[in-house]
Amino acid sequence: MSVHINTGTEAAQTVPTTVRASRWPDPRVLAGVGLPIVIALLWELAVRVGLSDGRLMPPPSKIYAAMAALAVSGELQVHIAATLARVGAGFAFGAIAGTLTGAIAGGSETIRRVIDPSLQALRAVPSIAWVPLFILWLGIFETSKIALIAIGVFFPVYLGVASAIIGIDRKLLEVGRIFRLSRFQTARRILLPAVLPVWLTALRAGLGLGFMFVVAAEIMGASEGLGYLLVDGQQMGRPDQIVGAIIAFALLGKLADTLLVLLTRPLLVWQDTARAQL
Amino acid sequence: MSVLEIKHLDKTYSDGTRALSDVSLDVGAGEILGIVGGSGCGKTTLLRLVAGLDLPSEGFISVGGERISGPHPAVGIVFQEPRLLPWLTVADNVGFGLHHLPVAERINRIANALERVGLASYGKRWPRELSGGQQQRVAIARAFVARPKVLLLDEPFSALDAFTRASLHEHLLLLWEQDKPTIVMVTHDVEESVTLSDRVVVMKPHPGRVFETISVTLERPRDHLTAPFEKVKRRIHATLDRSMRPENTPQAPRKSDSGALWW
Repeated sequence: MSVHINTGTEAAQTVPTTVRASRWPDPRVLAGVGLPIVIALLWELAVRVGLSDGRLMPPPSKIYAAMAALAVSGELQVHIAATLARVGAGFAFGAIAGTLTGAIAGGSETIRRVIDPSLQALRAVPSIAWVPLFILWLGIFETSKIALIAIGVFFPVYLGVASAIIGIDRKLLEVGRIFRLSRFQTARRILLPAVLPVWLTALRAGLGLGFMFVVAAEIMGASEGLGYLLVDGQQMGRPDQIVGAIIAFALLGKLADTLLVLLTRPLLVWQDTARAQL
Repeated sequence: MSVLEIKHLDKTYSDGTRALSDVSLDVGAGEILGIVGGSGCGKTTLLRLVAGLDLPSEGFISVGGERISGPHPAVGIVFQEPRLLPWLTVADNVGFGLHHLPVAERINRIANALERVGLASYGKRWPRELSGGQQQRVAIARAFVARPKVLLLDEPFSALDAFTRASLHEHLLLLWEQDKPTIVMVTHDVEESVTLSDRVVVMKPHPGRVFETISVTLERPRDHLTAPFEKVKRRIHATLDRSMRPENTPQAPRKSDSGALWW
């Protein structure tokens, strides 16, 4: 059995769509942005005029007030920093391990045939299932949380890198042979740039999963972090805090993804130009 | 004096296909050799062996007296497709094989080659922005700047339209005039082989063998509309027809007027 070229399931969802037709945004785009705002305003209005008491689903003003209070006391910053630090560390470990394993599995068919079936099986394990084991092994503090996040990041990156190396155009490798590139030169001048776009897409998919897994890790037991805010809000009966934390997750996730795209954009100029031409 | 020597070359692939059988060729310095033949005559196999991308089962190839046992610095190749690296600019693609040279020399050679293929102002473009013919010109320039003694061309113009092909022939000869490398060009276009070659080798399929070699002694630049050009062309076509006929079958009696009898 070989590595499945099925990163598509994870990666295709995050394919960048950077086709901008004109300077004026499509009215449908405006409507898409406006929809949640309109719903929020309507809900605010409904609570204000007394159609609902807004106890289980607080109005935007209350959510904002709750988050503002947390921000003023400095708590919110602490929670965000804790979550980001975990995602950052888990992402770094997972991405490095996934890239190395993927490169080895993509480069050697023998190794791939030996390790890929096991990795595919492990990939099928739901993330939460690891938590009890990791807590036993690594304790209830940061290590187990970071390990869980790293696991989540590892698989999409591994699959992406391995399938990209397997799928590399052999005709381009022959160009390298003709010019007598060494193994190292071939890796640096042909393999690396050819694999780069897929790798970056895989990293984005991994980062998204990292944010999913950090919630799982923090819900299982933490004294700080946005996931802790969720649990705390549930125990204290504070839906405003829960919704606020959810919104913070959405913003952070989007921000991290955008940052990753911006940081790696210079590496893919040749692709962007091509897309703009087409 | 022959620069490229091919002696009793045999190639049998691991699946048992015999692609080449006892092929021997001598190609002189600065000579342009055309190779034509039906499909399955091992033309591409022959080029891949000379390029050192595959190894022969029997026999040997030597370039300038050195045996070929892998890709050799004195041998360049242009493939059927441009095979440009999409992440490098046109200039960097042309200079891909020149990394061992000092920067100034590299820039010089790249500029010179781009000029000769008519793409002087395209150095900073990306390959995707170029047409198929322009990309193939870049690929030809990439092979030429390494200054090979032997340049192999594997049907490099087959995917292009007739006008583009004619202009590429000119660009190719322009580059060739600079260092006069030995060129071995596989093609399925007889007219192309007559336009460019000093000698045309007709190969016979299953397994691939040399069937006949025809000299083309026309002055360059060659005019396609002259009688001598037509004559060589017709001769090669006739040889090709014979090469593709199964062995031991006598030529079917020609009844030139048989068509008319149907009426």
